[in-house]
Amino acid sequence: MSEVQGIPVIEMRGVNVAAMRDASFTVVEDVNWSVAAGEFWVVAGPEHSGKSDLLMLTAGLMPPAGGSYRLFGNDAKNFGEAELAGRLRVGFVFQGGQLFNQLTVAANVALPLRYQKNFTSAEAEREVQALLELMELTPLADVTPSNVAANWRQRAALARALVLKPDVLLLDNPLAGLGARHRHWWLQFLEQVACGHEHFGGRPLTLVVTADDLRPWQQARRKFALLHGKKFIALGDWNEVETSRDRMVKELLAAQLETAT
Amino acid sequence: MLYAAVVRGNLAKAFEFTDTQVFRRAPLPRSYTDFLGRKLFLFLLTVQGLGAFALITLGVILKKNGVAKNVIHPRIRQEIARAGVALLPMFFFVALALGFLVVGQTVSALAKVGAISYLGSTMVIVVVRELGPLLAAMLVLARVGTANVIELGTARALGEVEALEALGIDPVHYLIVPRVIGMALGIFSLTIYLILGALASGYLFAFLQDVPLTPGDYFKQIVESLGWLDFALLALKTTAFGFFIAVVTCYHGLAQPLRLEEVSRVAVRAVTQGVIVCVLIDAVFILLYLVA
Repeated sequence: MSEVQGIPVIEMRGVNVAAMRDASFTVVEDVNWSVAAGEFWVVAGPEHSGKSDLLMLTAGLMPPAGGSYRLFGNDAKNFGEAELAGRLRVGFVFQGGQLFNQLTVAANVALPLRYQKNFTSAEAEREVQALLELMELTPLADVTPSNVAANWRQRAALARALVLKPDVLLLDNPLAGLGARHRHWWLQFLEQVACGHEHFGGRPLTLVVTADDLRPWQQARRKFALLHGKKFIALGDWNEVETSRDRMVKELLAAQLETAT
Repeated sequence: MLYAAVVRGNLAKAFEFTDTQVFRRAPLPRSYTDFLGRKLFLFLLTVQGLGAFALITLGVILKKNGVAKNVIHPRIRQEIARAGVALLPMFFFVALALGFLVVGQTVSALAKVGAISYLGSTMVIVVVRELGPLLAAMLVLARVGTANVIELGTARALGEVEALEALGIDPVHYLIVPRVIGMALGIFSLTIYLILGALASGYLFAFLQDVPLTPGDYFKQIVESLGWLDFALLALKTTAFGFFIAVVTCYHGLAQPLRLEEVSRVAVRAVTQGVIVCVLIDAVFILLYLVA
Protein backbone atom coordinates (compact mmCIF):
# COMPACT_ATOMS: atom_id res chain seq x y z
CA MET A 1 0.00 0.00 0.00
CA SER A 2 1.54 3.27 -1.13
CA GLU A 3 -0.66 5.48 1.09
CA VAL A 4 0.46 6.16 4.60
CA GLN A 5 -2.23 5.47 7.19
CA GLY A 6 -4.34 8.59 7.68
CA ILE A 7 -3.98 10.09 4.18
CA PRO A 8 -7.37 10.11 2.36
CA VAL A 9 -7.71 7.58 -0.43
CA ILE A 10 -11.28 8.73 -1.07
CA GLU A 11 -12.08 12.40 -0.73
CA MET A 12 -15.38 13.97 -1.73
CA ARG A 13 -16.19 17.66 -1.40
CA GLY A 14 -19.74 18.77 -2.16
CA VAL A 15 -20.27 15.82 -4.48
CA ASN A 16 -23.68 15.25 -6.04
CA VAL A 17 -24.43 11.66 -6.98
CA ALA A 18 -26.63 10.99 -10.02
CA ALA A 19 -28.63 7.81 -10.50
CA MET A 20 -26.77 5.21 -12.54
CA ARG A 21 -29.82 4.60 -14.76
CA ASP A 22 -30.80 8.24 -15.21
CA ALA A 23 -27.99 10.77 -15.03
CA SER A 24 -30.46 13.65 -14.85
CA PHE A 25 -31.75 12.49 -11.46
CA THR A 26 -29.67 13.33 -8.36
CA VAL A 27 -29.98 10.75 -5.58
CA VAL A 28 -27.51 12.16 -3.05
CA GLU A 29 -26.47 15.79 -2.69
CA ASP A 30 -23.48 17.56 -1.22
CA VAL A 31 -21.43 14.59 -0.02
CA ASN A 32 -18.45 15.57 2.08
CA TRP A 33 -16.57 12.41 2.89
CA SER A 34 -13.00 11.46 3.53
CA VAL A 35 -11.78 7.87 3.82
CA ALA A 36 -8.24 7.30 5.05
CA ALA A 37 -6.15 4.29 4.06
CA GLY A 38 -6.95 1.26 6.19
CA GLU A 39 -10.34 2.52 7.39
CA PHE A 40 -13.45 0.37 7.38
CA TRP A 41 -16.61 2.31 6.55
CA VAL A 42 -20.18 1.13 6.70
CA VAL A 43 -22.62 3.31 4.71
CA ALA A 44 -26.15 2.48 5.75
CA GLY A 45 -29.46 3.62 4.42
CA PRO A 46 -32.94 2.49 3.47
CA GLU A 47 -33.74 1.06 0.03
CA HIS A 48 -33.39 3.49 -2.90
CA SER A 49 -31.40 5.94 -0.80
CA GLY A 50 -28.56 5.94 -3.34
CA LYS A 51 -26.12 3.54 -1.65
CA SER A 52 -25.28 1.64 -4.84
CA ASP A 53 -25.00 4.85 -6.86
CA LEU A 54 -22.64 6.37 -4.30
CA LEU A 55 -20.51 3.25 -4.36
CA MET A 56 -20.43 3.17 -8.16
CA LEU A 57 -19.34 6.78 -8.22
CA THR A 58 -16.66 5.95 -5.66
CA ALA A 59 -15.42 3.13 -7.90
CA GLY A 60 -15.23 5.53 -10.84
CA LEU A 61 -18.06 3.93 -12.79
CA MET A 62 -19.70 7.30 -13.23
CA PRO A 63 -18.56 10.90 -12.77
CA PRO A 64 -19.91 13.12 -9.99
CA ALA A 65 -22.83 15.32 -11.02
CA GLY A 66 -21.22 18.13 -9.06
CA GLY A 67 -18.44 18.88 -6.59
CA SER A 68 -14.96 17.43 -6.47
CA TYR A 69 -13.93 13.80 -6.01
CA ARG A 70 -10.34 12.72 -5.51
CA LEU A 71 -9.31 9.06 -5.53
CA PHE A 72 -5.79 8.34 -4.27
CA GLY A 73 -5.23 12.09 -4.43
CA ASN A 74 -6.08 12.33 -8.15
CA ASP A 75 -9.04 14.19 -9.54
CA ALA A 76 -11.60 11.59 -10.55
CA LYS A 77 -13.97 13.69 -12.62
CA ASN A 78 -13.50 11.59 -15.73
CA PHE A 79 -12.16 8.07 -15.58
CA GLY A 80 -10.36 7.41 -18.85
CA GLU A 81 -7.58 5.13 -19.98
CA ALA A 82 -5.03 7.34 -18.22
CA GLU A 83 -6.75 6.79 -14.87
CA LEU A 84 -7.08 3.02 -15.35
CA ALA A 85 -4.21 2.23 -12.99
CA GLY A 86 -6.03 4.11 -10.22
CA ARG A 87 -9.28 2.34 -10.94
CA LEU A 88 -7.62 -1.07 -10.77
CA ARG A 89 -6.59 -0.30 -7.20
CA VAL A 90 -10.29 -0.35 -6.32
CA GLY A 91 -12.11 -3.69 -6.14
CA PHE A 92 -15.88 -3.69 -6.44
CA VAL A 93 -18.34 -6.37 -5.34
CA PHE A 94 -21.83 -5.82 -6.72
CA GLN A 95 -24.93 -6.79 -4.83
CA GLY A 96 -25.81 -10.17 -6.34
CA GLY A 97 -22.35 -10.66 -7.77
CA GLN A 98 -22.95 -9.62 -11.39
CA LEU A 99 -20.89 -12.56 -12.63
CA PHE A 100 -20.56 -13.24 -16.36
CA ASN A 101 -22.99 -16.04 -17.08
CA GLN A 102 -21.15 -17.44 -20.11
CA LEU A 103 -17.99 -18.06 -18.07
CA THR A 104 -17.38 -20.61 -15.34
CA VAL A 105 -16.72 -19.46 -11.78
CA ALA A 106 -12.96 -19.97 -12.26
CA ALA A 107 -13.00 -18.11 -15.59
CA ASN A 108 -14.90 -15.24 -13.94
CA VAL A 109 -12.24 -14.95 -11.26
CA ALA A 110 -9.42 -15.25 -13.81
CA LEU A 111 -10.82 -12.68 -16.25
CA PRO A 112 -9.42 -9.47 -14.68
CA LEU A 113 -6.01 -11.07 -14.30
CA ARG A 114 -5.98 -12.41 -17.86
CA TYR A 115 -7.22 -9.15 -19.38
CA GLN A 116 -5.11 -6.70 -17.43
CA LYS A 117 -1.90 -8.75 -17.40
CA ASN A 118 -2.48 -10.63 -20.68
CA PHE A 119 -2.09 -13.96 -18.90
CA THR A 120 -3.01 -17.27 -20.50
CA SER A 121 -5.41 -19.51 -18.55
CA ALA A 122 -2.45 -21.58 -17.35
CA GLU A 123 -0.56 -18.51 -16.12
CA ALA A 124 -3.57 -17.28 -14.14
CA GLU A 125 -4.44 -20.69 -12.73
CA ARG A 126 -2.24 -20.67 -9.61
CA GLU A 127 -3.58 -17.36 -8.33
CA VAL A 128 -7.16 -18.27 -9.22
CA GLN A 129 -6.96 -21.66 -7.50
CA ALA A 130 -5.54 -20.06 -4.35
CA LEU A 131 -8.40 -17.54 -4.23
CA LEU A 132 -11.04 -20.17 -4.93
CA GLU A 133 -9.67 -22.24 -2.09
CA LEU A 134 -9.71 -19.22 0.21
CA MET A 135 -13.38 -18.66 -0.67
CA GLU A 136 -14.17 -22.40 -0.38
CA LEU A 137 -15.21 -22.32 -4.05
CA THR A 138 -12.90 -25.02 -5.44
CA PRO A 139 -15.72 -27.58 -5.98
CA LEU A 140 -17.65 -24.97 -8.00
CA ALA A 141 -14.71 -23.83 -10.15
CA ASP A 142 -16.01 -25.34 -13.40
CA VAL A 143 -19.67 -24.51 -12.88
CA THR A 144 -21.37 -21.55 -14.59
CA PRO A 145 -22.86 -18.92 -12.26
CA SER A 146 -26.47 -19.68 -13.17
CA ASN A 147 -25.98 -23.14 -11.62
CA VAL A 148 -24.49 -21.78 -8.39
CA ALA A 149 -26.50 -20.68 -5.35
CA ALA A 150 -26.62 -16.94 -4.64
CA ASN A 151 -24.54 -17.34 -1.45
CA TRP A 152 -21.64 -18.77 -3.46
CA ARG A 153 -22.05 -16.38 -6.38
CA GLN A 154 -21.44 -13.53 -3.99
CA ARG A 155 -18.22 -15.19 -2.82
CA ALA A 156 -17.12 -15.71 -6.44
CA ALA A 157 -17.69 -11.99 -7.01
CA LEU A 158 -15.52 -11.26 -3.98
CA ALA A 159 -12.77 -13.49 -5.38
CA ARG A 160 -13.00 -11.69 -8.72
CA ALA A 161 -12.72 -8.30 -7.03
CA LEU A 162 -9.69 -9.41 -5.02
CA VAL A 163 -7.75 -11.15 -7.80
CA LEU A 164 -5.93 -7.96 -8.81
CA LYS A 165 -5.04 -7.33 -5.14
CA PRO A 166 -6.69 -3.89 -4.82
CA ASP A 167 -5.95 -1.33 -2.11
CA VAL A 168 -9.60 -0.38 -1.66
CA LEU A 169 -12.51 -2.82 -1.62
CA LEU A 170 -16.05 -1.55 -2.16
CA LEU A 171 -18.90 -3.93 -1.37
CA ASP A 172 -22.51 -3.20 -2.22
CA ASN A 173 -24.73 -4.70 0.47
CA PRO A 174 -22.65 -7.89 0.70
CA LEU A 175 -24.82 -9.54 3.35
CA ALA A 176 -28.10 -9.11 1.46
CA GLY A 177 -29.90 -12.42 1.07
CA LEU A 178 -27.19 -14.54 2.67
CA GLY A 179 -27.82 -17.37 5.09
CA ALA A 180 -26.55 -17.19 8.68
CA ARG A 181 -23.45 -19.33 8.04
CA HIS A 182 -22.45 -17.24 5.03
CA ARG A 183 -23.06 -13.96 6.87
CA HIS A 184 -20.76 -15.13 9.62
CA TRP A 185 -18.10 -16.11 7.07
CA TRP A 186 -18.33 -12.73 5.33
CA LEU A 187 -18.08 -10.70 8.52
CA GLN A 188 -15.10 -12.71 9.66
CA PHE A 189 -13.36 -12.61 6.27
CA LEU A 190 -13.88 -8.88 5.78
CA GLU A 191 -12.50 -8.20 9.24
CA GLN A 192 -9.40 -10.25 8.39
CA VAL A 193 -9.01 -8.36 5.10
CA ALA A 194 -9.37 -5.03 6.90
CA CYS A 195 -6.72 -6.01 9.44
CA GLY A 196 -4.39 -7.57 6.86
CA HIS A 197 -5.04 -11.06 5.51
CA GLU A 198 -2.03 -13.32 4.97
CA HIS A 199 -3.16 -14.04 1.38
CA PHE A 200 -2.62 -10.36 0.60
CA GLY A 201 0.72 -10.23 2.37
CA GLY A 202 -0.76 -8.98 5.64
CA ARG A 203 -1.56 -5.64 3.97
CA PRO A 204 -4.67 -3.98 5.47
CA LEU A 205 -7.23 -3.00 2.84
CA THR A 206 -9.49 0.04 2.94
CA LEU A 207 -13.08 -1.16 3.01
CA VAL A 208 -16.38 0.51 2.28
CA VAL A 209 -19.55 -1.53 2.56
CA THR A 210 -23.14 -0.47 2.15
CA ALA A 211 -25.85 -1.96 4.31
CA ASP A 212 -29.56 -1.69 5.00
CA ASP A 213 -29.10 -3.13 8.48
CA LEU A 214 -26.46 -1.73 10.81
CA ARG A 215 -26.57 -4.48 13.41
CA PRO A 216 -24.20 -7.05 11.88
CA TRP A 217 -21.52 -4.40 11.43
CA GLN A 218 -21.30 -3.39 15.08
CA GLN A 219 -17.67 -2.94 15.96
CA ALA A 220 -15.83 -0.11 17.66
CA ARG A 221 -13.10 0.54 15.10
CA ARG A 222 -15.46 0.81 12.11
CA LYS A 223 -16.83 4.12 10.90
CA PHE A 224 -20.43 4.65 9.97
CA ALA A 225 -22.35 6.96 7.66
CA LEU A 226 -26.01 7.32 6.84
CA LEU A 227 -27.73 8.02 3.54
CA HIS A 228 -31.19 9.41 3.96
CA GLY A 229 -33.31 12.03 2.22
CA LYS A 230 -30.58 12.74 -0.36
CA LYS A 231 -28.17 13.55 2.47
CA PHE A 232 -24.91 11.86 3.39
CA ILE A 233 -24.38 12.03 7.15
CA ALA A 234 -21.06 10.83 8.56
CA LEU A 235 -21.98 9.41 11.97
CA GLY A 236 -18.59 8.39 13.34
CA ASP A 237 -17.87 5.23 15.30
CA TRP A 238 -20.30 2.72 16.80
CA ASN A 239 -20.75 4.70 20.04
CA GLU A 240 -21.97 7.66 18.04
CA VAL A 241 -24.32 5.41 16.06
CA GLU A 242 -25.83 4.12 19.29
CA THR A 243 -26.28 7.59 20.75
CA SER A 244 -27.57 9.11 17.51
CA ARG A 245 -31.00 10.73 17.73
CA ASP A 246 -31.58 10.37 14.00
CA ARG A 247 -34.87 8.59 13.39
CA MET A 248 -33.47 6.64 10.46
CA VAL A 249 -30.47 5.42 12.50
CA LYS A 250 -32.92 4.24 15.13
CA GLU A 251 -34.94 2.47 12.43
CA LEU A 252 -31.81 0.76 11.12
CA LEU A 253 -31.12 -0.36 14.68
CA ALA A 254 -34.75 -1.08 15.48
CA ALA A 255 -34.40 -4.80 15.85
CA GLN A 256 -31.54 -4.30 18.29
CA LEU A 257 -33.60 -1.85 20.36
CA GLU A 258 -36.48 -4.31 20.37
CA THR A 259 -34.12 -6.97 21.66
CA ALA A 260 -32.80 -4.62 24.38
CA THR A 261 -36.30 -3.83 25.65
CA MET B 1 -37.06 22.30 -30.13
CA LEU B 2 -36.36 19.38 -27.90
CA TYR B 3 -34.11 17.72 -30.45
CA ALA B 4 -32.18 20.97 -30.88
CA ALA B 5 -31.80 21.23 -27.10
CA VAL B 6 -30.53 17.67 -26.92
CA VAL B 7 -28.00 18.28 -29.68
CA ARG B 8 -26.90 21.60 -28.18
CA GLY B 9 -26.52 19.98 -24.78
CA ASN B 10 -24.39 17.05 -25.72
CA LEU B 11 -23.93 15.42 -29.10
CA ALA B 12 -22.70 12.14 -27.67
CA LYS B 13 -25.69 11.95 -25.36
CA ALA B 14 -28.10 12.31 -28.24
CA PHE B 15 -28.07 8.62 -29.05
CA GLU B 16 -28.94 7.57 -25.54
CA PHE B 17 -32.16 5.69 -25.04
CA THR B 18 -33.72 8.36 -22.84
CA ASP B 19 -33.48 10.94 -25.61
CA THR B 20 -35.03 8.82 -28.35
CA GLN B 21 -37.66 7.77 -25.83
CA VAL B 22 -38.76 11.42 -25.62
CA PHE B 23 -40.17 10.99 -29.12
CA ARG B 24 -41.37 7.45 -28.68
CA ARG B 25 -43.31 8.14 -25.48
CA ALA B 26 -44.76 11.48 -26.46
CA PRO B 27 -48.50 11.57 -27.22
CA LEU B 28 -49.51 10.90 -30.81
CA PRO B 29 -49.15 14.05 -32.94
CA ARG B 30 -52.29 15.62 -34.32
CA SER B 31 -51.11 16.21 -37.88
CA TYR B 32 -49.27 14.24 -40.53
CA THR B 33 -46.51 16.82 -40.70
CA ASP B 34 -45.91 16.48 -36.94
CA PHE B 35 -45.89 12.72 -37.33
CA LEU B 36 -43.40 12.86 -40.19
CA GLY B 37 -41.28 15.35 -38.29
CA ARG B 38 -41.13 13.08 -35.29
CA LYS B 39 -40.18 10.12 -37.48
CA LEU B 40 -37.47 12.23 -39.10
CA PHE B 41 -36.01 13.25 -35.73
CA LEU B 42 -36.04 9.63 -34.60
CA PHE B 43 -34.28 8.60 -37.79
CA LEU B 44 -31.66 11.33 -37.33
CA LEU B 45 -31.06 10.37 -33.71
CA THR B 46 -30.65 6.72 -34.69
CA VAL B 47 -28.25 7.57 -37.52
CA GLN B 48 -26.27 9.78 -35.15
CA GLY B 49 -26.16 7.07 -32.49
CA LEU B 50 -25.16 4.34 -34.90
CA GLY B 51 -22.52 6.57 -36.49
CA ALA B 52 -21.02 7.44 -33.12
CA PHE B 53 -21.04 3.80 -32.05
CA ALA B 54 -19.43 2.67 -35.33
CA LEU B 55 -16.67 5.27 -34.94
CA ILE B 56 -16.07 4.31 -31.31
CA THR B 57 -15.84 0.64 -32.32
CA LEU B 58 -13.41 1.42 -35.16
CA GLY B 59 -11.34 3.53 -32.79
CA VAL B 60 -11.15 0.71 -30.24
CA ILE B 61 -10.24 -1.86 -32.94
CA LEU B 62 -7.33 0.31 -34.06
CA LYS B 63 -6.23 1.63 -30.67
CA LYS B 64 -6.43 -1.62 -28.73
CA ASN B 65 -5.03 -3.90 -31.39
CA GLY B 66 -2.85 -6.37 -29.48
CA VAL B 67 -4.18 -5.42 -26.01
CA ALA B 68 -5.09 -8.49 -23.89
CA LYS B 69 -4.71 -10.74 -26.91
CA ASN B 70 -4.82 -13.87 -24.75
CA VAL B 71 -8.41 -12.95 -23.95
CA ILE B 72 -9.55 -11.20 -27.13
CA HIS B 73 -8.11 -13.54 -29.79
CA PRO B 74 -9.92 -16.65 -28.48
CA ARG B 75 -13.10 -14.57 -28.36
CA ILE B 76 -12.58 -13.52 -32.00
CA ARG B 77 -12.06 -17.17 -33.01
CA GLN B 78 -15.21 -18.07 -31.10
CA GLU B 79 -17.18 -15.38 -32.99
CA ILE B 80 -15.79 -16.51 -36.36
CA ALA B 81 -16.95 -20.01 -35.51
CA ARG B 82 -20.36 -18.70 -34.49
CA ALA B 83 -20.92 -16.31 -37.43
CA GLY B 84 -19.13 -18.51 -39.98
CA VAL B 85 -18.30 -22.15 -39.38
CA ALA B 86 -21.47 -22.97 -37.43
CA LEU B 87 -23.63 -21.65 -40.27
CA LEU B 88 -21.99 -23.74 -43.01
CA PRO B 89 -24.65 -26.52 -43.06
CA MET B 90 -27.42 -23.95 -43.41
CA PHE B 91 -25.49 -22.16 -46.15
CA PHE B 92 -24.93 -25.42 -47.99
CA PHE B 93 -28.69 -25.95 -48.04
CA VAL B 94 -29.38 -22.35 -49.11
CA ALA B 95 -26.74 -22.58 -51.85
CA LEU B 96 -28.45 -25.69 -53.21
CA ALA B 97 -31.84 -24.00 -53.06
CA LEU B 98 -30.56 -20.82 -54.69
CA GLY B 99 -28.88 -22.84 -57.42
CA PHE B 100 -31.96 -24.92 -58.16
CA LEU B 101 -34.51 -22.14 -57.88
CA VAL B 102 -32.74 -19.19 -59.47
CA VAL B 103 -29.56 -20.12 -61.28
CA GLY B 104 -30.81 -23.32 -62.87
CA GLN B 105 -34.01 -21.69 -64.09
CA THR B 106 -32.09 -18.71 -65.46
CA VAL B 107 -29.75 -21.02 -67.37
CA SER B 108 -32.72 -22.95 -68.77
CA ALA B 109 -34.56 -19.77 -69.77
CA LEU B 110 -31.51 -18.28 -71.46
CA ALA B 111 -30.91 -21.52 -73.35
CA LYS B 112 -34.54 -21.61 -74.57
CA VAL B 113 -34.41 -18.09 -76.04
CA GLY B 114 -30.94 -18.65 -77.49
CA ALA B 115 -29.31 -16.12 -75.21
CA ILE B 116 -26.86 -18.54 -73.62
CA SER B 117 -23.97 -16.19 -74.42
CA TYR B 118 -25.36 -13.80 -71.80
CA LEU B 119 -25.11 -16.44 -69.12
CA GLY B 120 -21.78 -15.30 -67.65
CA SER B 121 -22.72 -11.65 -67.19
CA THR B 122 -26.19 -12.59 -65.92
CA MET B 123 -24.75 -14.92 -63.29
CA VAL B 124 -22.15 -12.39 -62.18
CA ILE B 125 -24.75 -9.63 -61.79
CA VAL B 126 -27.42 -11.78 -60.15
CA VAL B 127 -25.42 -14.13 -57.96
CA VAL B 128 -21.94 -12.66 -57.42
CA ARG B 129 -22.80 -8.98 -57.10
CA GLU B 130 -26.28 -9.00 -55.63
CA LEU B 131 -28.01 -12.12 -54.45
CA GLY B 132 -25.05 -13.92 -52.87
CA PRO B 133 -23.79 -11.13 -50.58
CA LEU B 134 -27.24 -9.84 -49.66
CA LEU B 135 -28.64 -13.27 -48.89
CA ALA B 136 -25.58 -14.19 -46.82
CA ALA B 137 -25.91 -10.94 -44.87
CA MET B 138 -29.62 -11.49 -44.22
CA LEU B 139 -29.08 -15.03 -43.00
CA VAL B 140 -26.27 -14.04 -40.64
CA LEU B 141 -28.36 -11.10 -39.41
CA ALA B 142 -31.23 -13.46 -38.63
CA ARG B 143 -29.14 -16.17 -37.03
CA VAL B 144 -26.35 -14.28 -35.25
CA GLY B 145 -27.48 -10.65 -35.22
CA THR B 146 -30.58 -11.36 -33.17
CA ALA B 147 -28.53 -13.49 -30.78
CA ASN B 148 -26.14 -10.54 -30.39
CA VAL B 149 -28.92 -8.18 -29.36
CA ILE B 150 -30.42 -10.65 -26.92
CA GLU B 151 -27.08 -11.62 -25.36
CA LEU B 152 -25.83 -8.07 -25.01
CA GLY B 153 -29.21 -6.71 -23.97
CA THR B 154 -29.48 -9.34 -21.26
CA ALA B 155 -25.89 -8.71 -20.16
CA ARG B 156 -26.65 -4.99 -19.97
CA ALA B 157 -29.89 -5.55 -18.07
CA LEU B 158 -28.13 -7.86 -15.58
CA GLY B 159 -25.38 -5.30 -14.92
CA GLU B 160 -22.56 -7.27 -16.55
CA VAL B 161 -21.40 -4.19 -18.46
CA GLU B 162 -20.94 -2.26 -15.23
CA ALA B 163 -19.09 -5.28 -13.84
CA LEU B 164 -16.68 -5.19 -16.80
CA GLU B 165 -16.09 -1.47 -16.26
CA ALA B 166 -15.47 -2.06 -12.57
CA LEU B 167 -12.75 -4.53 -13.54
CA GLY B 168 -11.14 -1.97 -15.84
CA ILE B 169 -12.20 -3.94 -18.94
CA ASP B 170 -13.42 -1.88 -21.86
CA PRO B 171 -16.86 -3.35 -22.74
CA VAL B 172 -16.48 -2.30 -26.38
CA HIS B 173 -13.13 -4.09 -26.61
CA TYR B 174 -14.31 -7.22 -24.80
CA LEU B 175 -17.87 -7.55 -26.10
CA ILE B 176 -18.10 -5.67 -29.40
CA VAL B 177 -14.72 -5.96 -31.17
CA PRO B 178 -14.76 -9.80 -31.36
CA ARG B 179 -18.33 -9.74 -32.65
CA VAL B 180 -17.57 -7.12 -35.31
CA ILE B 181 -14.43 -8.88 -36.58
CA GLY B 182 -16.05 -12.31 -36.37
CA MET B 183 -19.12 -11.21 -38.27
CA ALA B 184 -17.19 -9.34 -40.96
CA LEU B 185 -14.97 -12.36 -41.64
CA GLY B 186 -17.89 -14.76 -41.26
CA ILE B 187 -20.11 -13.01 -43.85
CA PHE B 188 -17.18 -12.63 -46.26
CA SER B 189 -16.34 -16.35 -46.12
CA LEU B 190 -19.94 -17.53 -46.17
CA THR B 191 -20.71 -15.37 -49.22
CA ILE B 192 -17.88 -17.03 -51.15
CA TYR B 193 -19.18 -20.48 -50.22
CA LEU B 194 -22.74 -19.47 -51.04
CA ILE B 195 -21.80 -18.13 -54.49
CA LEU B 196 -19.69 -21.18 -55.37
CA GLY B 197 -22.37 -23.56 -54.10
CA ALA B 198 -25.19 -21.74 -55.93
CA LEU B 199 -23.29 -21.63 -59.23
CA ALA B 200 -22.38 -25.31 -58.98
CA SER B 201 -25.86 -26.50 -58.00
CA GLY B 202 -27.37 -24.19 -60.64
CA TYR B 203 -25.43 -25.96 -63.33
CA LEU B 204 -26.48 -29.28 -61.87
CA PHE B 205 -30.14 -28.22 -62.24
CA ALA B 206 -29.55 -27.05 -65.81
CA PHE B 207 -27.75 -30.32 -66.59
CA LEU B 208 -30.72 -32.31 -65.31
CA GLN B 209 -32.96 -30.31 -67.67
CA ASP B 210 -30.74 -31.26 -70.65
CA VAL B 211 -29.58 -27.73 -71.34
CA PRO B 212 -26.96 -27.97 -74.10
CA LEU B 213 -24.08 -26.47 -72.13
CA THR B 214 -20.90 -28.17 -71.01
CA PRO B 215 -19.49 -27.46 -67.54
CA GLY B 216 -16.38 -26.04 -69.20
CA ASP B 217 -18.40 -23.50 -71.21
CA TYR B 218 -20.59 -22.63 -68.24
CA PHE B 219 -17.73 -21.84 -65.86
CA LYS B 220 -15.62 -20.27 -68.62
CA GLN B 221 -18.39 -17.76 -69.33
CA ILE B 222 -18.68 -16.90 -65.66
CA VAL B 223 -14.93 -16.51 -65.21
CA GLU B 224 -14.67 -14.31 -68.30
CA SER B 225 -17.44 -12.06 -67.00
CA LEU B 226 -15.70 -11.52 -63.66
CA GLY B 227 -13.37 -8.53 -63.40
CA TRP B 228 -10.97 -7.44 -60.66
CA LEU B 229 -13.60 -4.94 -59.55
CA ASP B 230 -16.00 -7.76 -58.77
CA PHE B 231 -13.50 -9.39 -56.43
CA ALA B 232 -12.52 -6.11 -54.76
CA LEU B 233 -16.06 -4.85 -54.29
CA LEU B 234 -17.32 -8.26 -53.17
CA ALA B 235 -14.72 -8.31 -50.41
CA LEU B 236 -15.49 -4.71 -49.43
CA LYS B 237 -19.25 -5.17 -49.56
CA THR B 238 -19.37 -8.36 -47.50
CA THR B 239 -16.97 -6.91 -44.92
CA ALA B 240 -19.13 -3.77 -44.76
CA PHE B 241 -22.25 -5.90 -44.30
CA GLY B 242 -20.60 -7.79 -41.44
CA PHE B 243 -19.26 -4.66 -39.78
CA PHE B 244 -22.53 -2.76 -39.92
CA ILE B 245 -24.77 -5.67 -38.96
CA ALA B 246 -22.57 -6.21 -35.91
CA VAL B 247 -22.57 -2.48 -35.11
CA VAL B 248 -26.36 -2.16 -35.42
CA THR B 249 -27.12 -5.26 -33.34
CA CYS B 250 -24.47 -4.51 -30.71
CA TYR B 251 -25.56 -0.86 -30.52
CA HIS B 252 -29.10 -1.86 -29.71
CA GLY B 253 -27.96 -4.47 -27.21
CA LEU B 254 -25.26 -2.53 -25.46
CA ALA B 255 -25.33 1.21 -26.02
CA GLN B 256 -28.52 1.81 -24.09
CA PRO B 257 -29.52 0.88 -20.55
CA LEU B 258 -32.14 -1.85 -20.90
CA ARG B 259 -34.60 -3.65 -18.69
CA LEU B 260 -35.07 -7.37 -19.27
CA GLU B 261 -38.60 -6.88 -20.64
CA GLU B 262 -37.30 -4.45 -23.28
CA VAL B 263 -34.81 -6.91 -24.81
CA SER B 264 -37.23 -8.65 -27.23
CA ARG B 265 -38.62 -5.35 -28.54
CA VAL B 266 -35.13 -3.99 -29.07
CA ALA B 267 -34.13 -7.19 -30.92
CA VAL B 268 -36.94 -6.66 -33.44
CA ARG B 269 -35.92 -3.02 -33.94
CA ALA B 270 -32.28 -4.02 -34.41
CA VAL B 271 -33.14 -6.61 -37.09
CA THR B 272 -35.31 -4.10 -38.96
CA GLN B 273 -32.55 -1.51 -38.89
CA GLY B 274 -30.02 -4.18 -39.88
CA VAL B 275 -32.04 -4.96 -43.01
CA ILE B 276 -32.32 -1.26 -43.87
CA VAL B 277 -28.58 -0.73 -43.38
CA CYS B 278 -27.77 -3.72 -45.62
CA VAL B 279 -30.05 -2.43 -48.39
CA LEU B 280 -28.45 1.04 -48.13
CA ILE B 281 -24.94 -0.44 -48.32
CA ASP B 282 -26.04 -2.50 -51.31
CA ALA B 283 -27.35 0.65 -53.00
CA VAL B 284 -24.02 2.39 -52.42
CA PHE B 285 -22.18 -0.51 -54.03
CA ILE B 286 -24.56 -0.54 -57.02
CA LEU B 287 -23.61 3.10 -57.55
CA LEU B 288 -19.94 2.16 -57.30
CA TYR B 289 -20.40 -0.56 -59.95
CA LEU B 290 -22.21 1.88 -62.20
CA VAL B 291 -19.57 4.57 -61.80
CA ALA B 292 -16.74 2.07 -62.31
